[in-house]
Amino acid sequence: MTKKYEFTVNGRPVSVSLDNEEAPLLNVLRNNLGLMGTRFGCGLEQCGCCMVLIDGAPEKSCSKPVWSIIGKSVTTVEGLGTPEHPHPLQQAFIDEQAGQCGYCLAGILISAQALLARNPSPTRSEIAQALDDNICRCGSHNRIIRAIEKAAARMGAGAIS
Amino acid sequence: MNTPVMNTPALPGPLADNPRLERWVTFPAPGKVIVGTGRVELGQGVLTAMTQIAADELDVAMERITIRSGDTEFTPNEGYTAGSQSIQFGGVAMRQACADVRSLFIDQAARVLGCKTSELSICDGGILHNGVPTGQDYWTLAGAVDLAAEATGGGKRKTVADFNVIGRSSARLDLPAKIFGAAVFIHDLVLDGMLHARVVRQPNRGATIDAIDERAIKRAAKAPVEFVRNGNFLAIVGADETAVDLAGAAAAKYVIWQHVETPTPLQAEASWLRQRPVIDRIIGAPEPADPQGRVRFESTYTRGYLAHASISPSCGLALYHDGRLTVWTHCQGVFPLRAALARTLSLDASAITVHHVQGSGCYGHNGADDAAADAAIIAMKMPGVPIRVRWRREEEFVYEPKSPAMVVKVRALLDDAGKPADWSAEIWSGTHNYRPGAGGNLLGAQALPNPPPEPPPGDVPESHGGGATRNGEPLYDIAHKRIIHHLVTETPVRTSALRGLGAMPNVFAIECAIDELAERAGQDPVQYRLSITVDPRARAVIEKVAAMAGWEAGESGGAGRGRGIAFARYKSRAAYAAVVVALDVEETIRLRHVWCATDAGLVVNPDGVINQLEGGIIQSASWVLKEQVRFDDGVSSFDWETYPVLKFSEVPEIDIALINTKDEVPLGVGEVTAGPTAAAIGNAVSHALGARIRDLPLTRERIMATLLKE
Repeated sequence: MTKKYEFTVNGRPVSVSLDNEEAPLLNVLRNNLGLMGTRFGCGLEQCGCCMVLIDGAPEKSCSKPVWSIIGKSVTTVEGLGTPEHPHPLQQAFIDEQAGQCGYCLAGILISAQALLARNPSPTRSEIAQALDDNICRCGSHNRIIRAIEKAAARMGAGAIS
Repeated sequence: MNTPVMNTPALPGPLADNPRLERWVTFPAPGKVIVGTGRVELGQGVLTAMTQIAADELDVAMERITIRSGDTEFTPNEGYTAGSQSIQFGGVAMRQACADVRSLFIDQAARVLGCKTSELSICDGGILHNGVPTGQDYWTLAGAVDLAAEATGGGKRKTVADFNVIGRSSARLDLPAKIFGAAVFIHDLVLDGMLHARVVRQPNRGATIDAIDERAIKRAAKAPVEFVRNGNFLAIVGADETAVDLAGAAAAKYVIWQHVETPTPLQAEASWLRQRPVIDRIIGAPEPADPQGRVRFESTYTRGYLAHASISPSCGLALYHDGRLTVWTHCQGVFPLRAALARTLSLDASAITVHHVQGSGCYGHNGADDAAADAAIIAMKMPGVPIRVRWRREEEFVYEPKSPAMVVKVRALLDDAGKPADWSAEIWSGTHNYRPGAGGNLLGAQALPNPPPEPPPGDVPESHGGGATRNGEPLYDIAHKRIIHHLVTETPVRTSALRGLGAMPNVFAIECAIDELAERAGQDPVQYRLSITVDPRARAVIEKVAAMAGWEAGESGGAGRGRGIAFARYKSRAAYAAVVVALDVEETIRLRHVWCATDAGLVVNPDGVINQLEGGIIQSASWVLKEQVRFDDGVSSFDWETYPVLKFSEVPEIDIALINTKDEVPLGVGEVTAGPTAAAIGNAVSHALGARIRDLPLTRERIMATLLKE
């Protein structure tokens, strides 16, 4: 039976009609809302490719039923910034060339954003710990950590000025 | 003024195979250049490097270039993007193609302007006469230059001193879109009227469907789904991806198979290979029967099966319409896949178009070709309907071709100084090449009625760098060297190419053995290596990495802290790398720092090369510390918990130095660090423990067992 689900994505209210209230948020983002930045990696909440912010908290969206999102606010990688107005994290990832195949990056950017929101100047080891829920198979880890350090420094400087 | 044929230089291989220049370069609109390459982006930046190469040889800004890659309709056929050969061979072909194109335009400009070609130059596509703009450019002249012509090799490639773009770090062209979350991956491709599909996998070749509870599966889907069946190939298709996912999961319970074979835990161990039917070869002179009074050293090293473990499960799309099949894939070779699809589906290759679309990093032959074939098999049964197959996570782990387990037994006869005078590597391994282009069957084809026969057992020939024998022979100065290769003809799971093929286990064995010999000789590992190395490029990377790491001869290890070095020249003819690892061992291994010196000859994109080298080091460290595909009533490594890989908090700091970057010949770097990293870790663990572990991965269990033995 088709039902309507209303929530907010990247600041905009959305309403989707679905037959299956167990449909994972990831599928709704990609297939109903056309937001392809959030990636499918495992469907098992193990790899972090599908990470989004739900009411500000980092959550894996691959197994998150859509009914549990009703009325909540979702932020995806598309909501962080745009090529014209990049988020400091996105700019730092470009500056550091932090990525190889890039499939894991959307989820990692979201995890990084959540980390910086709660800890604006993390140490290298705190960054690494915060990303342990995200898998990078290409081996871009050190560049990713450097990029997050750089973004944190810039965001911190921005906050002071 | 015709150039005599005899003076025409030989064309680089890929250009000789694809001589029509328009496959490589066209000028479609003012200010625009399209460059074609048969190489595909596997996430390591090859298309950025190719764009740099084309920009330099054509003298146009990189921003003007659109690169088209891996497309049976438009691009050159360069076989596979594999073996770290894209830049070494494909890059040189691109340089020559662009140089030939540039030369044709200079000739045409000289005719139009009535001047000598020697007075002309090109700046960002504009023709200059004695340095002054002429109003002519590639685009004004394009109508009069026939790019359907074949390459002659007559265009002069730039020399290293003239490079403006090659050799300078360029930001990856593909990264921003990925960082902003654009739809760039094959998984993001949406075709009009597309249906999603999941395959109910045949557990093994020869397994047959006994029963399908269609009602139970449809009920689980909670939205309409259909079944598509061809022999024992069964798929579930529907408009709603969630529904096909649910149905696919339910099928594990509601489809009953017969003739199921399940590999056992014992078969997951490399030692199992020793008792299997083999095809034997000796590469080199036979081993002396008698050690002739010299000391004989023997040591055996093993590694289990590895998964590519790509971060995204494989995906493929296909549309069969009006007798034509169009396929979208992230595989490494669109032309070999087209040929394999033609044989599998009894279609003419000319009726099939294959487009490459990026996937996640594959590092070799993963499930990409098979997912494309799945989509094609379904599409053939549903003409006019675009089909998208996306494998499940467990499907990728269980059914992707594995890197074969290997046993490498090293034997050496030592001279009076404790240096090897005679060296044998005896290698047991399944094949490293079950690619469709080598006759390997596409997975779905095995389930079709009258499945194609298995190809005869074989491996990558030594002329292509070898498979199990890759890097099986040390580069060191040893008077007599040979490889004894036992090709294991049947393995419990499909095996094929993973980054470096046999190089990682072979270099692990060789370089651990060299450390063992150095220890016997009472010499420092760096000094010992240098004492048996003449090649100046090899010596240079060893000396460089030792300096970077602050290596001091005779530094004592033990107490759980160690450092190790290893070296290899990839395929004994490509890039050189030496690696030093510093680590701590308690119950598990904690990598502290990795230093690497590499000589990859001419480097097109230094930062891109460093990125790949870092990636190779981290992936190899992950293999060595954590990875082995386990069997227990089937493949029991089916997700990231049962097949863990290195995590962010486990990654060491890495320092990389590139040397000799101005050499004429570029050498690929994707695979060069795999072996040296593995062996340097092995040697560092031995240094830390005072005891050697010769079996990979270096798990907690193996460390504990070794400590208890001591």
